[in-house]
Amino acid sequence: MGLVRVAALSAALFACVVATGAIAQETTPALVAAAAKEGKVVWYTAVDVKVAEVVARAFRAEYPNVALEVERAGSERVFQRISQEFQSGIKNVDVVNSSDASHFLLWKQQKLLAMHTPPDVQRFPAQYKDSEGYYAVWRASLSVMGYNTKLVTPQEAPTGYLDLLDPKWKGKLVKSHPGYSGTSLTGTFAITKLLGWEYLEKLSTQGVQQLQSTTAPPKSIASGERAVMVDGNEYNMFIEIDAKSPVKIIYAKEGTPFVTSPTAIFADAPHPNAARVLQNFLYTAKIQQLLVNEGGLRSVHPDVKEPADRTPLKDIKLLPDDPVAMLPQIAEIKKRYTALFGN
Amino acid sequence: MNRASTGARERSFDWTAPFSAAMVLLLAALVLLPLFWLALTSVQDDAKTFSLAHYRQLVVDPAFVRPLWTTLWTSAAVGLACVIAAAPMAWLVSRTDLPGKRWWRTLILASFVTPPFLGAFAWVLLGGPNAGLINQVYYALFGLKPFDAPPLVNIFSAWGMVFVMALYTFPYLFTFAANALDAIPSELEEASAILGAPAWRTALHVTVPLVLPALLAGFIVAFLQSMTLFGTPAILALPAGIDTMTTKIWSLFQFPPQLGLAAAASLPLLFITVALLRAQSAIMGRRGYSVIGGKSGSAGKPIRLGGWKVPALALFVFVLGCSVALPYGVLVRTAFVRNWSAELAGNLSLEHWRFVFFEFSQTRLALQNTFVLGVSAATAGTLLVTLVGYLSLRKLVWGHRYLAFLATAPVAIPGIVLAVGLFLSYTRPPLVLYGTLSIIFLAYVTKELPVGYQQIASSLRAVHPELEDASRILGATRLRALFDITTPLIRNGVIATWIFIFIGSIRELSATILLFTARTKTISVTMFDLRESNDWGPIAVLSITMLVITFVMIAIIHRFTDARLK
Repeated sequence: MGLVRVAALSAALFACVVATGAIAQETTPALVAAAAKEGKVVWYTAVDVKVAEVVARAFRAEYPNVALEVERAGSERVFQRISQEFQSGIKNVDVVNSSDASHFLLWKQQKLLAMHTPPDVQRFPAQYKDSEGYYAVWRASLSVMGYNTKLVTPQEAPTGYLDLLDPKWKGKLVKSHPGYSGTSLTGTFAITKLLGWEYLEKLSTQGVQQLQSTTAPPKSIASGERAVMVDGNEYNMFIEIDAKSPVKIIYAKEGTPFVTSPTAIFADAPHPNAARVLQNFLYTAKIQQLLVNEGGLRSVHPDVKEPADRTPLKDIKLLPDDPVAMLPQIAEIKKRYTALFGN
Repeated sequence: MNRASTGARERSFDWTAPFSAAMVLLLAALVLLPLFWLALTSVQDDAKTFSLAHYRQLVVDPAFVRPLWTTLWTSAAVGLACVIAAAPMAWLVSRTDLPGKRWWRTLILASFVTPPFLGAFAWVLLGGPNAGLINQVYYALFGLKPFDAPPLVNIFSAWGMVFVMALYTFPYLFTFAANALDAIPSELEEASAILGAPAWRTALHVTVPLVLPALLAGFIVAFLQSMTLFGTPAILALPAGIDTMTTKIWSLFQFPPQLGLAAAASLPLLFITVALLRAQSAIMGRRGYSVIGGKSGSAGKPIRLGGWKVPALALFVFVLGCSVALPYGVLVRTAFVRNWSAELAGNLSLEHWRFVFFEFSQTRLALQNTFVLGVSAATAGTLLVTLVGYLSLRKLVWGHRYLAFLATAPVAIPGIVLAVGLFLSYTRPPLVLYGTLSIIFLAYVTKELPVGYQQIASSLRAVHPELEDASRILGATRLRALFDITTPLIRNGVIATWIFIFIGSIRELSATILLFTARTKTISVTMFDLRESNDWGPIAVLSITMLVITFVMIAIIHRFTDARLK
């Protein structure tokens, strides 16, 4: 009798575990052991490759038995690669990070994501996490303007987007591509909503150098190849400033796009336990602080402190992202943009 | 006793004929299957019914007409630039007392083996209009300021792309022209000289007409090379908003891939290539009558350049400086400094080396994939062309003509077109190879077949069949004769073929860019990914790594070819 009850109880417990997604939410020694048995975890991310490798190094130090493979590309490229792989039946990716937050809406709709809430995320403000626990904002950044201080004086520097249409900037501008970068796409959506496509049509006649990643324009103006950047990651600008490059950030007077960048685990992750260890690790206060200090990023973790020399978010006029409204327009934005600026 | 019985068993059935048939089938599958799917997909709409809509869009939509036009005129410009630079260079090396000929030839070889996209990377650092090092020196020298004055060089332009393409294409033309000059009896030129014509007149009225077919043929090769490049236009033209056909096809492959359109856009490249290669073989075929009799040109007395030495040397210094010295220099500089556009002082650093070899988690995977692909494509390719070459040259059995045709046909298939065809063929059952190294392996083997076949064929022609006949009389089968008698005799040719295919494979970008996935990245596509985020330091480190591997392999070839001469 007792034995039967124990068996029934275990069966019920087992059913519960299966129903809720089988694997613990917290990084327990058992989870780490299971992750070590899987041996590796594959992380597709849109964060700058050097920042990604800083995180990877910290992960390897903490979990030497789980090899972390980083695949870095722009958010839109990451999305394309994952879609192509899934369509071809290739299961390679475990954890994904993209700065196009609408990707997560789509993946969730298609039931491709695993439900998992890292312990730290439970304390995140509600607007920065999915209510059902499929994804949460891992990092945030702004899509800022900027200039090279050796080539442009603070007096003549532009203060907003419309200033860039002045003929004096012809041939001096550099820009990222919304077909490649999620940050650029999010920014393009926000700015065309604010200023209309006429703004981009006029900008396209300014001899803009067209780069791909939003990590690239800060490097371009730091090298002096172009004088002013139309859009680029705020965090790459902080990295350049920390490296004493001659660049300065401009927070446009019309407003600066605020871009949230979630991560999630795929339901079919080939290394489900290691994926959870990594996902939990990514949201710890330690790593979030590392992203802020060394990666120049913004964090929505309640315990993270901003360095004193960075303009606090509350002092910047922000254009918040709106993935729900952006999602149905993505194809159209890319098409119109490419017609104006090329591939 | 034992040996005799083995011989008897082997004699009982000659496997050559079925083997040959199997080879024909294998090559047909390799070469024709992708073309079949390419043709079929291009005339199907989304519902898989027959439609010419893709072709209509190709002709009507300016988004396709413009890239096609850009591709055609820039390729023609590259061909012309190559003729203008390389023809005089070949003449100077072949006919005059130009100093340092051996060095120049070595540097031309270096330019020839430099992957064109490495040259394009280097020229971004040299010829970026404002931060590019050449422009920085120019601005400093003339007291100008970037943006106030126009740059000396703007590499991000159609002409910049033409310039860089020509720098790595001219060696083809040089080789064509130099070989033609070597084959022309110098007596004809000497006769002209004896009759009192000055050197320039002899060159213009005697030499040029004789090498004209070779120049035309070289022009065509240069045109085709430029038309099919992907890396150089992607690196230099895309930032200026300019598309070529290859970058356009690549952009059609962004998810969701527009396969019908990509297939339709590929076929014009295929047709142009086939038509031009036919024209080329017609031109080269007629060259024969001009070279009857006489000794080769190199035996003649070299023309004394006198005061013309200075401009002649200036031409070599300019062309090879721009294609080898400056690019290699800037890659080394970039690899060892923190900030590529800043002064050297206080800027030196091993940071990029540490990043690439100790932090960047893709390096190991990419190196490993590149090596696995290079070694397996070279091994399988060499084996294949050796067997095919043997069967087709000895003309023993049915199928030898098809074999030769199939083995050389891929020369007419541009890399990116082949990749579109392979993608269409192997993302569907029965063979789903997309996502594995196998599909890239197939691309490399197919792409390198013609080069390998030519190599092996020339070695095989030097071995007289009598040697094999002797072995056959003693009881060996044909395959045994091939492996025991012929193969050792063509050993050096086989090794050279292997290395040729290896070098061609490790630098491949235009087909790989459509076929790779995260697990199957190579060094070339890793570098291309790094370009999209302007990480020039790590790109420079990987470039140097690739060049070192290439030159080590070439040094090995030289050792073996030298051994053959002894």
